[in-house]
Amino acid sequence: MKVKVLCRNPDDFVRETSKDIQRVPRNYDPTLHPFEVPREYTRALNATKLDRVFAKPFVASLDGHRDAINCIAKHSKNLATVLSGACDGQVKIWNLSKRECMRTIQAHEGFVRGICSRFCGTSFFTVGDDKTIKQWSMEAPGYGVKEEPLNTILGKAVHTGIDHHQKEGTFATCGQTVDIWDEQRSSPIRSFSWGVDSFSCVRYNPVETELLASCASDRSIILYDMRESTPLKKVVMQLRSNTLCWNPMEAYNFTCSNEDYNLYTYDMRRLDKPVTVHMDHVSAVLDVDYSPTGTEFVSASFDKTIRIFPKNSGHSRDVYHTKRMQHVICVKWSADSKYILSGSDEMNIRIWKANASEKLGVLTSREKAAMHYNQKLKEKFQHYPQVKRIARHRHLPRDIFKQRRQLQEMREARRRKEHNVRKHSTPGSVPVATEKEKHVVTVVE
Amino acid sequence: MPDKNQHEGLKRNRRPNKKFISGKKDPFPGEAPIPEVQLKKFQRGKKIQKLKNVKKRAKEFIEKSEMASNLAQKQAARYDLMLPEDAGFLEGDEGEDTCTVLQEDIAEAVDITSGAKYFNLHLNQFGPYRLDYSRTGRHLLLGGRRGHVSCIEWQTKKLMCEMNVMETVQDIKWLHTEAMFAVAQKKWLYIYDSNGIELHCIKKFNDVLRMQFLPYHFLLATASATGFLQYLDVSVGKEVAAICTKLGRLDVMAQNPHNAVIHLGHSNGTVSLWSPNQREPLVKMLCHRGAVRSLTVDKTGTYMVTSGLDRRLTVHDIRAFKPLHKYFLPAGASCLSLSQRGLLSAATGDVVQVYKDVWGGGKISKPYMAHRVRGSVWGVGFCPFEDILGIGHGEGFTSMIVPGAGEPNFDALDVNPYRSLKQRQEWEVKALLEKVQPELIGLDPGLLSKVDKVSFEQKHKERVAALGYDPLANEKFKPRFKKRGKSASGAVEKRKKKVAHEDQRDVIRKTVAEKLQREKERKESAKQQGMQWKKTALDRFKK
Repeated sequence: MKVKVLCRNPDDFVRETSKDIQRVPRNYDPTLHPFEVPREYTRALNATKLDRVFAKPFVASLDGHRDAINCIAKHSKNLATVLSGACDGQVKIWNLSKRECMRTIQAHEGFVRGICSRFCGTSFFTVGDDKTIKQWSMEAPGYGVKEEPLNTILGKAVHTGIDHHQKEGTFATCGQTVDIWDEQRSSPIRSFSWGVDSFSCVRYNPVETELLASCASDRSIILYDMRESTPLKKVVMQLRSNTLCWNPMEAYNFTCSNEDYNLYTYDMRRLDKPVTVHMDHVSAVLDVDYSPTGTEFVSASFDKTIRIFPKNSGHSRDVYHTKRMQHVICVKWSADSKYILSGSDEMNIRIWKANASEKLGVLTSREKAAMHYNQKLKEKFQHYPQVKRIARHRHLPRDIFKQRRQLQEMREARRRKEHNVRKHSTPGSVPVATEKEKHVVTVVE
Repeated sequence: MPDKNQHEGLKRNRRPNKKFISGKKDPFPGEAPIPEVQLKKFQRGKKIQKLKNVKKRAKEFIEKSEMASNLAQKQAARYDLMLPEDAGFLEGDEGEDTCTVLQEDIAEAVDITSGAKYFNLHLNQFGPYRLDYSRTGRHLLLGGRRGHVSCIEWQTKKLMCEMNVMETVQDIKWLHTEAMFAVAQKKWLYIYDSNGIELHCIKKFNDVLRMQFLPYHFLLATASATGFLQYLDVSVGKEVAAICTKLGRLDVMAQNPHNAVIHLGHSNGTVSLWSPNQREPLVKMLCHRGAVRSLTVDKTGTYMVTSGLDRRLTVHDIRAFKPLHKYFLPAGASCLSLSQRGLLSAATGDVVQVYKDVWGGGKISKPYMAHRVRGSVWGVGFCPFEDILGIGHGEGFTSMIVPGAGEPNFDALDVNPYRSLKQRQEWEVKALLEKVQPELIGLDPGLLSKVDKVSFEQKHKERVAALGYDPLANEKFKPRFKKRGKSASGAVEKRKKKVAHEDQRDVIRKTVAEKLQREKERKESAKQQGMQWKKTALDRFKK
């Protein structure tokens, strides 16, 4: 007779000392793990619920400005430094990790219209309503020394925006014309205009560094090459675009925030039709900024909310609002892609988490593994009705909620009318225009 | 498997055709092969062969996830090869039958610890006994018919509690941990903790005869003498469902560990399958000519073994609901139990027989093991993760060694026999968090992950039924109110007529045009044919 009976030595399965970690022998045999799918589904549901429970995106508010914030700029080298310009001409430099103001400069008389940091991070430029462009040192002056700009250029008209070149000592401003300046000279080296009287925003392309794009008040978006003397091309839309931002990873795409409550992502090479129309805001969109990963962007709107959109989705992934936040004028996504800064009418800069339910601080490896696992589960079961319902739910202020419904009704009515018109016209005389085609008027080369 | 090797993760093509300077060749090029058996064990669902008519993005996504699942399958299969323990076995010498081997001989032949696992408890006062092992296999619960209840940490022989409930005990069951157990007493259902303190007396559950605990759903299913099948959610203490089966006294019950469906055996020879979501049985199958005496389901949920008063033992395939094998036992089996590795124990009178390979291969002719106990057997149960069969009988309890019964390697994240108190508490929290809702109990537990192929029409029908109207139906034309007598009933009718059957007008117009055309053609052809006839002088009078 040959016999073997299962006999385990408990020492092999129990930790030796209480300082050890517990032993966890595994056996992945599927028959030992029944109800795989229902259990995973339950986990996914729990993860989604917890996600909403922990969705507390508001981190901090930086107060100190005495008028509405008009522009925010990121430091090009330092994560923790942020510059902001207000409507009373004050510029403040903030330290985000300490959440305090490091320096205050009375930079202009009237609004600070634009602010940008030099690519090396040693100085920054501001433009204001007093028609001047000022360059300031990033370093604070010594004790008792007066704040003086390094350089002041007096322009002919008000400049409404400024952006600095990525690698060279040139910068671009916009106002009545789009001007390219050399840091060493007091007059623009190049000046572009294309039959418009004012521009609201100018942005350098982060990859093709000689390219520029600007939003003009005649509802157009104009592209320039700095090396040429004339603009490249423009697209005219139905309503004016306020700002635009290039996608830092796919730098042939840019997104513009429009007065018609939408955002439009364009491919620079094909301006006749936007790649995506991003809808959800219920009022004019004032500012837009991409995350450094280029997968998402944040938009600030007159409807007192900021929204986060995946770059290729027509609707927003998340919406942030507080009772006290008024019209949001400027927004920036921090360079570590974890935070969002928004500057609004009621003189506060707010810091938000980019992922509302993300845990801040260092994660242990087990926490990280659990997070990744939950992420995957949420992804896997995202289309299940119960999961979808919970994941999609957002609380909105009543005004916005109502307005959204109203807009939906209006859109539906318009669609119905168009349908009726088409029904009663000769076939083919009223063509079907897609949402993408509707908003573009012409493209001029 | 060259194509499969492509789908490996980072480790792919480790040293592909690497050449040594000496010119030596790698004797084992590429990855170590994995046996098909292991790979098949971890195969989930069918593999997609070809993607037809799939859009590019979806195709990429499917291919990616397929690659990931392939990798997971391979890694699990590799891990499976490295599991530390092997299953037990018993082989006779040449000409020796394993069923003639005595328990005393086995206990002598194996090591002391294992040998000590064969023991008898002489409890002749309050028997016969029913028993239940906890999910970890460490704890044993005994319930004597005349009220004796005791729980024992049976490996260390530590008595946790012992009491007499002074009432008939019909059945006993551990709940999710070894801290609580349920006892079906003469009238009501009671829940005690491991110290023997009565926690609850649940009067909603009366005359319970048999109980089953569904560990992943935290449900205690009870079958009563009045024909009620009730489900108690032990995590919140609520009755989830109470189903009147209308099938008489329910004293044969088993659960399918694969899909948490409850199997009930009835006196007319049928076995019915129940889920808490449905008032009617999911399936009803005729298994025996006489009453069903006992039944059990294997852990993969593929096979069900039943025994009946007709002295037959049948193995059913419950995927197809067909009998596989039928055996005739001269005395009939009163209690059945299946082990984790598929050994079947059948108690006939005072003899317990253990069969091997009940469904694999051909018919079996003789038992793998046999053991005679003192009294008639009242309950049998295999101990999880041990080679032990517990037998409750009229004279007490016998723990019998059955080599090869238990799963040799446990998964500590699921059930860990060696868990500490802290680990148990943590496990309890985790298990409660992922408690599966009773609504998800059905015949196919993986149904949730399958593509919903209900046709649009079916869905639409359900929607219409739920809403009470058809949301896709065209709205009826409601004439707008107009002044100056234009909304008089006649005028309204006229206006309605203008739009009546608007959607059908095109079709009607078309069919009318076609009809006219046909008529015309017919006339023309008739005319031509008429031309061919010889004209006579009298034709001029033809109309």
